[in-house]
Amino acid sequence: MTTLSEAPVPTGEKILELKDVSKSFGSVIALRDISLHVEAGSVTCVLGDNGAGKSTLIKTLSGVHEPSTGTYEVLRKPVRLSSPRDALALGIATVYQDLATVPLMSVWRNFFLGSEPTTGFGPLRRLDVKKAKQIARDELLRMGIDIRDVDQPVGTLSGGERQAVAIARAVYFGAKVLILDEPTSALGVKQSGVVLKYIVQAKERGVAVIFITHNPHHAYLVGDRFFLLNRGRMMENWTRDEVDLDSLVKAMAGGAELEALAHELESLGGAAASAAEEVADVVSHPTRGEDTR
Amino acid sequence: MATMPASPAAPSSDERLARTGPATRIMRRPEFGAAIGAIVVFVLFALVDSTGKFASLDGIARWTDSAATIGIVAVAVALLMIGGEFDLSAGVMIGTTGLVLGLLVTEVGLGIWPAILLTFVFAAAVGAMNGWLVVKTRLPSFIVTLATFFSLQGINLGVTKLITGTVRVAGIDRGAGFDSARAVFATDLWEPYRFRIAVIWWIAFTVIATWLLTRTQFGNWIFAVGGDANAARNSGVPVHRTKIFLFMGTAMSAALVGIMTALRLRSVQAGQGVGQEFTFIIAAVVGGCLLTGGFGSAIGATVGASIIGMAFIGIAFAGWNTDWSFLFLGLILFMAVMVNTLISRRASAGATK
Ligand SMILES: Nc1ncnc2c1ncn2[C@@H]1O[C@H](COP(=O)(O)OP(=O)(O)O)[C@@H](O)[C@H]1O
Ligand SMILES: [Mg+2]
Repeated sequence: MTTLSEAPVPTGEKILELKDVSKSFGSVIALRDISLHVEAGSVTCVLGDNGAGKSTLIKTLSGVHEPSTGTYEVLRKPVRLSSPRDALALGIATVYQDLATVPLMSVWRNFFLGSEPTTGFGPLRRLDVKKAKQIARDELLRMGIDIRDVDQPVGTLSGGERQAVAIARAVYFGAKVLILDEPTSALGVKQSGVVLKYIVQAKERGVAVIFITHNPHHAYLVGDRFFLLNRGRMMENWTRDEVDLDSLVKAMAGGAELEALAHELESLGGAAASAAEEVADVVSHPTRGEDTR
Repeated sequence: MATMPASPAAPSSDERLARTGPATRIMRRPEFGAAIGAIVVFVLFALVDSTGKFASLDGIARWTDSAATIGIVAVAVALLMIGGEFDLSAGVMIGTTGLVLGLLVTEVGLGIWPAILLTFVFAAAVGAMNGWLVVKTRLPSFIVTLATFFSLQGINLGVTKLITGTVRVAGIDRGAGFDSARAVFATDLWEPYRFRIAVIWWIAFTVIATWLLTRTQFGNWIFAVGGDANAARNSGVPVHRTKIFLFMGTAMSAALVGIMTALRLRSVQAGQGVGQEFTFIIAAVVGGCLLTGGFGSAIGATVGASIIGMAFIGIAFAGWNTDWSFLFLGLILFMAVMVNTLISRRASAGATK
């Protein structure tokens, strides 16, 4: 299989691509004909309301689910991932919100959890504690996270810092693609800012970041490309130049769906058509300052 | 912010974080409370001692004898509790493994050493079964091992009565190799004080378990599966395998004590060990293990076992009725859990969920 960690992928190169991917669970169609691509050294935002299929999409990307139809390509070669371990081996790491770190364990133990550096052989094989602490401290610092005491339990860090530790860990272990599932949704304004900063840091280190969120403001601050997911369909695919914050906010407020509905109704003619025109009008001029969350 | 080179001159991101001094570090250790408690208990029983021997080497040989057999299993139980599980069958396993050894020697006619080996294999299998049932059924280990406990208790009595017609298996000293096995598992050391060799095993267990827990990859996994099994799995830790190994550990440490007791007494009672499962858990909890998993130490369990050993012998040496020792255990347990809860609240303080 192609491994992303072998050679550096030049920024802008297509690193992952989904082509017409659908995913159904029995009779529930969670994703329908999704096409999406991710470029190295960029932040790809996937926006969508609850139930839009965001989690199903990232689980497909991270190897939890296999697509029902369509292809998944890594560096333009089709792959079949049957577990998150397969994805990790390819350099695709996922940071699940609140399921990334163990609160009672120290920062350095969390940093290396599952991939502990060891020294010695046979029954004397042991943790290389000194090296582990040093690397954890240095790597966090490289991401701009200054944790004075890597011996302190992760539970004593703020929510944003904990996400940051998980991100730094993924980057250190050679993640070329980093999938973040709503990393800011449970955080306050300031802590969200901390996480957004690390997203940019990861990007500047050449990582392709896939940032899942339902917050258009957060997406707009860091995103290079925006995909909008609604009821399992890909509604929009915008580059940064093609979109402004207003359109993102509007799209997330359900504007796209309403507009589509309005078009549909218009084509029916009659009384519905005039109502649809009215709706379309309202949708394209949303009330400023309304709560978009 | 641009990519930052690894330089220690980076600005401190959080000036609210006070530097933790060495005193705080020691207080944060799981066995800190137990160590203070052990000193208090020792001084207390030295003061009320009516024989004048409690604080002497004679007295220490007595209470370490009691503490060693508790401590050997308590250390393994502590590792399991840090891994987030309980083993209520650890007490009855002492009897079961003693009986297995006894029957292999007296009924099958094996030599002591092969019988010991098979007894350990048997214990490993029971432990693996406990662990497998827990991870596969996803039932609380409290329930699964309670079922094992009662099943084994029934089997111990039933099988012993069926085979011997009594409730004990006697005549283990007839097996070939008894003397050499006794020298390893059940002899006395350091005349005239008569320390039990079990104390050496106990210390060795504590050292190895501490090393395993704090200095190996497996130790990291133990903390992780007990602290947050989901996060551990997402990080690539083999959660099921780790837990199954820990259950094998408690069963095999109980087997060691079962073998020691059988060799020492030359016979095994069918009810041996029953009721001790809670003593092990108390030792681990007094030693700083959290009931919710993810936190604790092997040294703590050893200190906890020492407190229990001192209490049992100290109460007798004080000339009090030994019935009081259970009240004492109850009070110690309650205080320990209170202290531990405070510690865990402090450790998770600042965590914004
Ligand atoms: N394992 C599953 N089995 C059945 N239906 C599922 C499963 N996972 C997701 N779904 C359905 O797929 C849809 C999209 O869910 P999800 O991807 O979790 O959305 P989001 O993360 O955007 O909130 C929902 O209707 C959900 O009920
Ligand atoms: Mg979701």
